[in-house]
Amino acid sequence: MNNFQYTRVKSPATAITELSKNPAAKLLAGGTNLIDLMKYGVMSPDKLIDINRLEFSDIKRGQGTLHIGSMVRNSVAAADATVLQYQPLLSQAMLAGASAQLRNKASMGGNLLQRTRCPYFYDITSGCNKRAPGTGCSALQGYNRMHAIFGASNSCIAVNPSDMNVALVALDAVIQVSGPKGNRSIMMADFHRLPGTHPELDSTLDKKEIITGIVIPDNAFAKHTTYLKVRDRASYAFALISVAAALEMDGSTIKDLRLAMGGVAHKPWRLTEAENFLKGKTASVANFKLAAEVAMKGAKSYGHNDFKLKLAPNSIIQALKTASGVKA
Amino acid sequence: MIENKSQEEQEIKGNSRRDFLKKSSVITAIALTPAAAVKASDLKLDERFSDALEQQSLSIEINGQQHELKVEPRLTLLDLLRERLKLTGTKKGCDQGQCGACTVHIDGVRTNSCLTLAIMHDGAKITTIEGLSNGNQLHPMQEAFIKHDGFQCGYCTPGQIMSAVACIHEGHANSETEIREFMSGNICRCGAYANIVNAIQEVKAGGKI
Repeated sequence: MNNFQYTRVKSPATAITELSKNPAAKLLAGGTNLIDLMKYGVMSPDKLIDINRLEFSDIKRGQGTLHIGSMVRNSVAAADATVLQYQPLLSQAMLAGASAQLRNKASMGGNLLQRTRCPYFYDITSGCNKRAPGTGCSALQGYNRMHAIFGASNSCIAVNPSDMNVALVALDAVIQVSGPKGNRSIMMADFHRLPGTHPELDSTLDKKEIITGIVIPDNAFAKHTTYLKVRDRASYAFALISVAAALEMDGSTIKDLRLAMGGVAHKPWRLTEAENFLKGKTASVANFKLAAEVAMKGAKSYGHNDFKLKLAPNSIIQALKTASGVKA
Repeated sequence: MIENKSQEEQEIKGNSRRDFLKKSSVITAIALTPAAAVKASDLKLDERFSDALEQQSLSIEINGQQHELKVEPRLTLLDLLRERLKLTGTKKGCDQGQCGACTVHIDGVRTNSCLTLAIMHDGAKITTIEGLSNGNQLHPMQEAFIKHDGFQCGYCTPGQIMSAVACIHEGHANSETEIREFMSGNICRCGAYANIVNAIQEVKAGGKI
């Protein structure tokens, strides 16, 4: 690991000032991803600004919303009674990610900024436009079993690895950030980017900004939510495909719903067209299959990940069956 | 200095296998190193160089003992325990947060010590496998691992035990399925999982922790 300066800040304003002063500085929250990347030499910041003592650690109800501070640990949010009551999908998704030890350390803000697990991004001897812009994408012609089937570009076919992000995009979360120009809110759907010609940028967060919290509007989905994660082993592995499904049922009719997928794109992938197709329709396997077809329009695979073209629609159908309780 | 105490204790007990390996590897390294580098090593130039880099104060309690230290910010908690304080019970497996061998409790919360910097934990209380037993009285989880043969090679065992204790404290040991899910961050290449689950279930049922 490169040596670096370290400072512990006690106020968000100081963190923002430090970020503004030093473009090569990085915020240090849980560190479970950043320290790993620094050991590999993938990231080598000059300075770490430790924000673990900032008081963004509250979980509270607002008017028609649930607010979760950016420094709340993933394990704390996942076990929180208010989260479980109002947004159980978020808890399910977070518990599907990482291990108990990592969730104890990882923060909500850090998980939002978790970087891809593409092996070529981690391997500093390989070309990777995300790690070193202009060096090419080794995954395009390489071993791309874990890689994207939606929204990729010739520059990058990596996927966002977070489970939490999939639930947050399904739940219309809003990310609150603070920077030199003041506070602003970013819709979760706009927080992460597609790679385009700039895969080095994961999100639309400015380098001088700090995430302060996540706000989730109330919904009527709590009784019918599922986070299905398909992976190589039963626990503690990244998703090949994951599906977040949240339904509001009126008898056998789907009154409203949210659908999103993980493991398929550079950002958590909201399935808006499939949602529009199912809204107001009867919950049935036949309709779920049609919705999955709609969701898969435009999917493209790269060889080793061809299997995802079948696994993804099957996972959508399965998640909808589980969430709705419809068996056949 | 307090931090040297555990090393002194080890020396009083005589040369351990670890010390022999360390010394023999140093001798090998010197034999293969150019004279100038040996000279630099004699003068401890590398240590002086690193001292010149930023070292920061760290006040940390480990297994009930307070330590006042100066550390480089990049020192992980795992390397502080193993390399500086000679608490080698905590194991370095993957050093990447993938195996759980380095699991310790930070203020009672189980954490991968390889993926966290020591300097982040100024003022914290750390418990390692060395701090789990009460003198010669083993912790119930240590007893249960022995009774149920919860290991073969033993390398993952300190991490497994620290994780297992936390798993019960968190309330995540209510069924075999739940134990397996919440112990999934601790990999055992010998495959002692079935016996580990049995050990945890027995301790949970015993209600002593």
